[in-house]
Amino acid sequence: MDRVLRLLPRGRALVTAVPYVWLLLFFLIPFAIVLKISFSSTLIAMPPYEPLLHWTAEKVVQIKLNFGNYAFLVEDNLYWMAYLNSIKVAAISTLLCLLIGYPIAYSIARSNPSTRNILMLLIVLPFWTSFLLRVYAWIGILKNNGLLNNFLMWIGVIDQPIQMLQTDFAVYVGIVYSYLPFMILPLYANLEKMDLTLLEAAADLGCRPWQAFYKVTLPLSVPGIIAGCLLVFIPAVGEFVIPSLLGDPGMLMIGKVLWTEFFNNRDWPVASAVAIALLLFLVIPIMYYQRAQDAEAGGGVHR
Amino acid sequence: MNQGRNVLRAIVLTLGFAFLYIPIVSLIVYSFNKSRLVTVWGGFSTKWYGELLRNEQILNAAWLSLKVAAIAATLAVVLGTLAGLVLARFGPFKGRTLLSGLTTAPLVMPEVITGLSLLLLFVTMEQLIGWPQGRGMTTIIISHITFTMAFVTIIVQSRLAQMDDSLEEAAMDLGARPHKVFFLITLPIIAPALMSGWLLAFTLSLDDLVITSFVAGPGSSTLPMVIFSKVRLGVSPDINALATILVLIVAVGALIAGVFTARQQKIRDRDAQMALAANQQMIESLKKG
Repeated sequence: MDRVLRLLPRGRALVTAVPYVWLLLFFLIPFAIVLKISFSSTLIAMPPYEPLLHWTAEKVVQIKLNFGNYAFLVEDNLYWMAYLNSIKVAAISTLLCLLIGYPIAYSIARSNPSTRNILMLLIVLPFWTSFLLRVYAWIGILKNNGLLNNFLMWIGVIDQPIQMLQTDFAVYVGIVYSYLPFMILPLYANLEKMDLTLLEAAADLGCRPWQAFYKVTLPLSVPGIIAGCLLVFIPAVGEFVIPSLLGDPGMLMIGKVLWTEFFNNRDWPVASAVAIALLLFLVIPIMYYQRAQDAEAGGGVHR
Repeated sequence: MNQGRNVLRAIVLTLGFAFLYIPIVSLIVYSFNKSRLVTVWGGFSTKWYGELLRNEQILNAAWLSLKVAAIAATLAVVLGTLAGLVLARFGPFKGRTLLSGLTTAPLVMPEVITGLSLLLLFVTMEQLIGWPQGRGMTTIIISHITFTMAFVTIIVQSRLAQMDDSLEEAAMDLGARPHKVFFLITLPIIAPALMSGWLLAFTLSLDDLVITSFVAGPGSSTLPMVIFSKVRLGVSPDINALATILVLIVAVGALIAGVFTARQQKIRDRDAQMALAANQQMIESLKKG
């Protein structure tokens, strides 16, 4: 018994092992299983897929790989359209987030130090209320007899409601609204710690304020821009809730396609193949983000 | 010149905050609307609150969600703190990059992928070792721990990176064992970070729809699942009432946290001033002596 106990990790090793094993088991290994199941065939059973390994009578393992699911993804236009559309929607939303978030982050970072914290608290506060309910709020605003249409008719811009709910416009509004704090946070963190004497130097050397912004502030804030954009873009590509509540029912988004394959068609292998294909596309931005994050967090390697 | 800039800043901030808060305010206002048509004003009424409190399905789901969130957040804080400690204090070791990747990837991973992969893991585990049997609260809790601990790790790691480690070194020099240093020095200092990590994990768990839908079995519907199936069919005023209650809780919580931090800051400032004054006094008495 003592010998067994001695084999168990202690101290540092134990502290490292506990979260490590947890993440390996519940985060990394699941992807291997998704990969495995993406190569199997659908069965009407529970679980609804065929095992890859077969023990034949001669005690030989037979492996059956089915590339059909991937072939299906490539052949069927639906999936291509869904991938491309998701990327388009995520890219445009990210750009809109940046265009709206940058002035806000900049304005806060250049406010009084005493009001800065309150303003940032107000930016983060909506994030603490339910994401689902905040998306739901837009249904009431965007629908035909909703707030926005009523307001526009009241001020006389339009005489009859325009269809806003169940359009791409509504999805953009929903994504920008939900992800805006994720853009503002890294931008603010970057702009706030900027050395303002650089701007004074630029002014002394004859830069006009907008020139100083364009030549000094903007280039220095690039790390913040990249972090914010990745933080919005990556989850937005796989977004499910916003397009299904605000978008057109026929709108093709890859997150919705995966959901439908899984829950409505009960086709687990195809759903897995969709997930793997999405992951392959996102793995580069995710790794890039992880690198940036690790550098930002101080790395800790200095010890 | 400067004034023009201030005006511009005020306009940007007003528009920005209007965009962020008008939807939330509209949710609250229409929760007091008598009419079922959420956006047509039919007079003031609190009947939707009564209806909400009589809705058994919502109450059961809310209870389940609160239990799951409390357990998941607590365990996520434990695991996330360990991971944050390892990343911030243990220096380079073999496999550090992988661990750091595993802790940041869940932050940005699309939820449909995480949800599907966890479900397939649970199904496979059940086939192999017979656990977890079926899907329900256990599988939901495990999944929530996994995706919320990433947030705790980031918070703890950045707090530890900011923290001056000379205190820990001093304790070590005085002969304290590493675990003693952790519990007596490190933990009290990072306690506020752990608190905000817990609250964040709790909120995220309470709010999660997509991952939960994958790993929840029949009969274990959490609050977001019930809300989603209701609002998919359109607006319903009792959901507005629910949202209002939630916003109220968050607002009160933020207020308390704000007052608490302000008071802490005041105490710290006062202590610093007193220390300074005492120092001054001592220097003066030394000069005289």
